[in-house]
Amino acid sequence: MPEKPKVAFYWCASCGGCEESVVDLAEEILGVVNAVDIVFWPVAMDFKKQDVEAISDGGILVSLINGAVRTSEQEEMAKLLRRKSALVVAYGSCAHMGGIPGLANQFDREQILRYVYEESPSTINELHTRPQTASPEGGHTLTLPEFRSMVRTLDQVIPVDYYLPGCPPVPRMLKAALDTLLSGNLPPKGTVLGPDTAMCEECPRKESKPADLAYTAFRRPHEVIIQPETCLLAQGVICMGPATRGGCGAQCVTGNMPCSGCFGPTSRVMDQGAKILSAIASSLSAKETEGIDRTLATIPDPVGTFYRYGLPGSLLRRKIADHN
Amino acid sequence: MASTGMKQGTNGWEPRIVAFFCNWCTYTAADLAGVSRLRHAPNARVIRVMCSGRLDPQFVLDAFARGADGVLVGGCHPGDCHYMEGNYKALRRVRLLQRMMKDMGIHEDRFRLEWISASEGEKVKTTINTMTERVRALGPLGLPERFAEWDEEMDGLAHAIAAQEEAVHA
Repeated sequence: MPEKPKVAFYWCASCGGCEESVVDLAEEILGVVNAVDIVFWPVAMDFKKQDVEAISDGGILVSLINGAVRTSEQEEMAKLLRRKSALVVAYGSCAHMGGIPGLANQFDREQILRYVYEESPSTINELHTRPQTASPEGGHTLTLPEFRSMVRTLDQVIPVDYYLPGCPPVPRMLKAALDTLLSGNLPPKGTVLGPDTAMCEECPRKESKPADLAYTAFRRPHEVIIQPETCLLAQGVICMGPATRGGCGAQCVTGNMPCSGCFGPTSRVMDQGAKILSAIASSLSAKETEGIDRTLATIPDPVGTFYRYGLPGSLLRRKIADHN
Repeated sequence: MASTGMKQGTNGWEPRIVAFFCNWCTYTAADLAGVSRLRHAPNARVIRVMCSGRLDPQFVLDAFARGADGVLVGGCHPGDCHYMEGNYKALRRVRLLQRMMKDMGIHEDRFRLEWISASEGEKVKTTINTMTERVRALGPLGLPERFAEWDEEMDGLAHAIAAQEEAVHA
C-alpha cells in the first residue's frame, strides 16, 4: 500500500475554536483519517517537535496552521512547519488576517505588559516581576519565548499557499479544502479557499436591503430589538456583510446578529475596514460636518468594529505609537 | 518607538503629499494656478479623480502605506458637485476616516479635505503650501521604513535557526 499523504495541524495565538472546527467534521473525520496520516496535532495527539524535525523537508503534504503570531516560539514552529511542508494553509481568521488577538496592535508591547503584570485590578505583583526570556533557577536556566512587539498574520512570518477563512472556518469548507488539496488539482497560490462573493449574496435577508440608506444614528445590537427578517443595515445596526466574503452560510445573521466580518474581504479588496467604512459613511443622512460627526459618534469604536478580525493584515498593520 | 532615522530637514527629506483632486473643480483650479504662474510648494503629487466621491478610503491608506507623508483631497464646494452628491459622500467618509486614523496614531494634520472651486487657483496654492508646512513640521511618516523596522525583530530568530542547523549538519 502506498504511503498516505502526511498532514499536520498547529496552533499559534488562537482560542482553540479552529481545533474545535476540525473535530466538528464529526463522522467525516473518519474519512480524513483514512485518507491521510496526521503527523502532528498538539491539541489532540502526542507528537513532539522532534517528530516534526525528523520528517524530511517537504515531506508533509499540507500543514494547517491556525492562530496569529505573537511570540518567537510561534515564529519558530511556523518556520519549521513551512520547511517540512509542501503546502501551508493559514487556517482561520487569526492566521489569515490576525484575528481577535490582532486587536492588540492598538497598544504597544510595554502598555500590554504593564497592564497585565502590574495594573489590572486582579493583579498583585509588588516586585513588578515580568516574564523573562531567560531566568536562572537552581543552577539551571529557564527559558520562555519572546513576546514580540506586535501581532502578525501567518503570511507576515512565512510564505503561505492557501487561506481558509472564518472564526472558525466551517467544517464543510475544511472538507472541501482537504479534498481539493488531496486531489492534486491545486488552485493558484494565494487563493482563499471560499466563494469570492460578498456575504450579502447568501444572506436570507437580502431582499429587504434598501437601495438607499440615510443614517442619523447607528445602534449596537444590545440597544435595539433586532427584527429577524429585515436587513440589519436597514435597522441601523452595522453589519459587515457588504465588505465580507461569503461561505459561512450567513450564520450570524441567521442567529439574528450582524455579520462581524470574520471571513475577511473578497479578493478584489485591499483593506476590509476601509471598504466597510466607505459603505457605511457614504450612507449618512447629514450633509454638514456637525451632523455627520454627531451620527458617526454613535460608532464608539471604529477600529474595533471595522477591523475586528483583520488589524494586523490591514494596510496600516498597527497603531503607530509615537502619534506621528 | 524609534523613528525612521530621517529627521526633518536632514538627509534632504521633503514631505511627500498625495493630492486627490476632483476633475471638475479642484483639478481645474490647479490648472488655473499653473497657467496663472502661481508658485507653490512642489511637494504635492496630484492624482485626478472624476469626483471627490470617487475617493475610496483604501486609496488614502494605501498612499500612506506606500510612503506618503500626507494626503490632500480636493473637491467641489457643497452644492456644486458635478454629480450632485459626491462631495457629501466624500466629506462623510473623510470624517470617519480621520477619526479612525487618529485612533491608529496618524496625526490629523496628515490628512486634509478642502473644497476648492475651479476659479480658486489661489486657494490651491495656499492649501498646498500650508499642508506642506504642517507635514514638514511633523516630519516623515515613513510607513514602508517602519514596516521593515518592525519586522527586524524576527531576523534574530532566523539567524539562530540557521546557526543551529549548521551545527547539526556539521
